[in-house]
Amino acid sequence: MKKRKERIDRGIKVRAQDIFALTSYREMLYLLVPGAIPVVGLLCFAPMLSNYWREVIISTAIYALLAISWDMLMCAGLLSLGQSLFFGIGSYLAGSLNHYLGLPPILTIPLATIGGGLICTLLLLPVLRLRGIYFAMVTLVLPLMLSRLVEATRILGGTEGLTGLTPFPNQLTAVFLIQIVLLVTLFGFRRIKGSDYGLVITGISDNDRSVMSAGINIQWYKAQVVFLGASVGSFAGAFGTHMDMFAGMPGFALDYSIMPVAAAVVGGVGTFFGPLIGAFILVPLSEALRALGALRIVFYGLFLVIFVVGIPEGIFPYIQRKYQQVERWVDVT
Amino acid sequence: MLLGTLIYGFVNSAILALLAMGFNLTFGISGVANFAYGAVYIFSGFSAWIFLNTLGFPYVVAVLAAILLAGLMGLAIYFGVILRIKGMPLSEVMATFGLGLAIMELFRYFDFVGFRYTLPVFFDGSLSIGDVYIDYQRIIIGLIAVGLTAALYLFTNHTRTGLALRAIAQDERSALTFGIDPDLVGGLSMAIGCALAAIAAVVILPLGTIAVEGGYEVLINALAVCIVGGLGSTVGILVASVLIGYSQTFTANYLEPHWMMLVSLIAIAIVLVVKPSGLFSHQKELEERI
Amino acid sequence: MGGRDMTAQAPLLRVSNLTKTFGGVTAVSNLDFELPEGKLLGVIGPNGSGKTTLVNLITGFTRPVAGRIEFRGRDVTGWPPHRVVGEGISRTFQMVRPFYQLPAYKNLIVPLYSPRVKKLTGGRYGDRSAVALDLLEEVGFERDAYVSYKKAGALPQGYLKRLELAKAMALRPDLIILDELFSGLSLAEVASIVPIIEKLKHQGKTIIMIEHRLKELFRIADGVLVLNYGRKIAEGLAAEVMKSPAVRDAYLGSEGD
Ligand SMILES: Nc1ncnc2c1ncn2[C@@H]1O[C@H](COP(=O)(O)OP(=O)(O)OP(=O)(O)O)[C@@H](O)[C@H]1O
Ligand SMILES: [Mg+2]
Repeated sequence: MKKRKERIDRGIKVRAQDIFALTSYREMLYLLVPGAIPVVGLLCFAPMLSNYWREVIISTAIYALLAISWDMLMCAGLLSLGQSLFFGIGSYLAGSLNHYLGLPPILTIPLATIGGGLICTLLLLPVLRLRGIYFAMVTLVLPLMLSRLVEATRILGGTEGLTGLTPFPNQLTAVFLIQIVLLVTLFGFRRIKGSDYGLVITGISDNDRSVMSAGINIQWYKAQVVFLGASVGSFAGAFGTHMDMFAGMPGFALDYSIMPVAAAVVGGVGTFFGPLIGAFILVPLSEALRALGALRIVFYGLFLVIFVVGIPEGIFPYIQRKYQQVERWVDVT
Repeated sequence: MLLGTLIYGFVNSAILALLAMGFNLTFGISGVANFAYGAVYIFSGFSAWIFLNTLGFPYVVAVLAAILLAGLMGLAIYFGVILRIKGMPLSEVMATFGLGLAIMELFRYFDFVGFRYTLPVFFDGSLSIGDVYIDYQRIIIGLIAVGLTAALYLFTNHTRTGLALRAIAQDERSALTFGIDPDLVGGLSMAIGCALAAIAAVVILPLGTIAVEGGYEVLINALAVCIVGGLGSTVGILVASVLIGYSQTFTANYLEPHWMMLVSLIAIAIVLVVKPSGLFSHQKELEERI
Repeated sequence: MGGRDMTAQAPLLRVSNLTKTFGGVTAVSNLDFELPEGKLLGVIGPNGSGKTTLVNLITGFTRPVAGRIEFRGRDVTGWPPHRVVGEGISRTFQMVRPFYQLPAYKNLIVPLYSPRVKKLTGGRYGDRSAVALDLLEEVGFERDAYVSYKKAGALPQGYLKRLELAKAMALRPDLIILDELFSGLSLAEVASIVPIIEKLKHQGKTIIMIEHRLKELFRIADGVLVLNYGRKIAEGLAAEVMKSPAVRDAYLGSEGD
């Protein structure tokens, strides 16, 4: 006799989703625990770690931010192959503000976040009128060309970059700063996506024609999404700059473009938790595999292909399903 | 100086056109943007090198084998990867991009780095036109670019297969009603695109060394030309190549050589502001079909 | 034309000399017509005669090669779709493509989010979901059967077409353009949608209906416009138009098969 797997939503999920009738502490916990895991995990454990692992956490968080920003763009159907554009612009902005004007990180980081968001949005504005792959092509090309612009014209320190920038007062400050920003972005973006505004955004990627005929200016909304994503990416860049006390051409490097895409695809596109999980798997993994050199990038490339082709939903939706649904085998007659 | 600039500008344009041709052809026919294109390019370079130096094939055989291998690789990519995610352009881009990365970095991992990785030129020697010296290889590049363009033009406009390909490019559904299998055509377009990358590799690579970075470079250049010319338009590719090629050469000769790298950036910037879909694109018009 | 303007009130929509070509194909050619407020105009013509292209031109989804579209005396030629909607023109699509993974009523959130609705409600949307459910009930989604909560992907064609109509109505348009709303529906389904359109007409909405179902169309249309190869071959009352030999040739000839 053949069997088929049947999935049923757990009762509590149904109740929590539609009617909000929670009846016990157990049910409240059921809802709150998943959200609390990253919060507790990030904020409580990080301080206990050694310096080395804090470094790893910081660089993971940077990639996680870039991956979440990538995911935001993806919600509107914009495939970015150039997260390093955001990172690099944020990095150079913060670096220049610090180097030339002597502003402290407490000013450069917010300024670079907003400014980077605006600059990137302006740069990408013309492409928003076109379909998906143009955006992918242009985002891939732009950061690499901008780094050559720096190289050729020798502005902003040329190939040497801007060095000796102001560092954070101590490592713990940095850890807390980036983790709080990461959490705010994560929950903020999830909230945005769940709202009516988010419905419009995802509608654009689903069926832009339908959104246009609903009297909505899709270019304007896409620009807003790019601004959100680019600001987060620029924040990561500005933060990384003060972390390394350096802003330079490596900010536009391909690493910052590839890793976020791989992390988001592995973790699960469109969930924001997914990219976070993906980053927390891939970055430490790549740290562990440091000895392998170029082979790491081979792995990212293969991960990307395997997940896109074979497991397009990613890891997070799988976990989510296990948590929210019961499975059982039923007879197929 | 001016004659030299004109001649070298032409060669430069020919190189760009060769690089963009395959990418553009695949996209034009099956709508697949093959982001593994740069990887196929250096893969062909290295495979030609291996055929020549490790396996000791004669030159012509090695080159043909490399081109054939690239074509097969195109088929493999199409049927192994793209077919499973057909109709989701963003997934196609991510998958081919990831595949390209894996291929290129695998070469780096196996230490295919260094000056010994060069391909020989077709004929040694050079020619002088007026007071300008130009080597035979560059002349061959120019000739092959012109020849391939003409051949592709004749192929797509005057042969049955070519016309079938165009029918697909215009309307998949009506092509189906004429009994054309879109998967086969897609695979074929990918194979031809990759073979074109291999041809570009074996004619262009003798000018320098085969390096992994070259793969990224090629992808970027191909994309830049396609963005400026308009994806899917052959005329657009030619015009964009000539435009960028000559501007680069003029910049290098009359301004500063290292500013050459900025030309494509500026060209892209101007085109994106003036006509975002590219100089010769019909994309927009076709998309609006409802 | 000028003489008619004097006697009647100014038309809501005036299309003059409208032309659109795609490469070699002339989809709409030199089209002129006027549509007074509160009337229902039927547009008919064989397949490929340019009806959908006309809709796309009016609603800003394509730009004309030549010609002029005026709405309430204002030139809206070449405006982008969202501005056209802002003026009060909304449309349905011949091929419906809802957001399949969303419940039916959530599909209406997008039009309800538009600036036009915001303006008309004085900036207070209220609860969009409630408004959406009311709208769906209006187009025949039975409230007690919970059809509105089903995923759009699970709905049969008849409901999808109604959903499409509801989307257009959600924008509170003055002119509503229905592109082959009845195609693919059973007689019974058509019969249940006709009253909705009649009701819209009673509310004073101006309507353009592209239709192949002539019988149903002629019952509710005030006037008919016949296209063939992008050209207007007849215009007027349904009964008159169908007598014209050109129309018989072009339209009925092709319907016979
Ligand atoms: N985006 C486009 N690109 C090229 N040709 C087009 C495009 N849109 C429409 N056409 C052509 O324009 C002509 C008119 O098409 P249109 O869709 O307006 O016809 P229609 O009257 O709506 O037909 P149907 O009754 O089948 O819906 C056809 O010949 C069609 O092939
Ligand atoms: Mg039509």
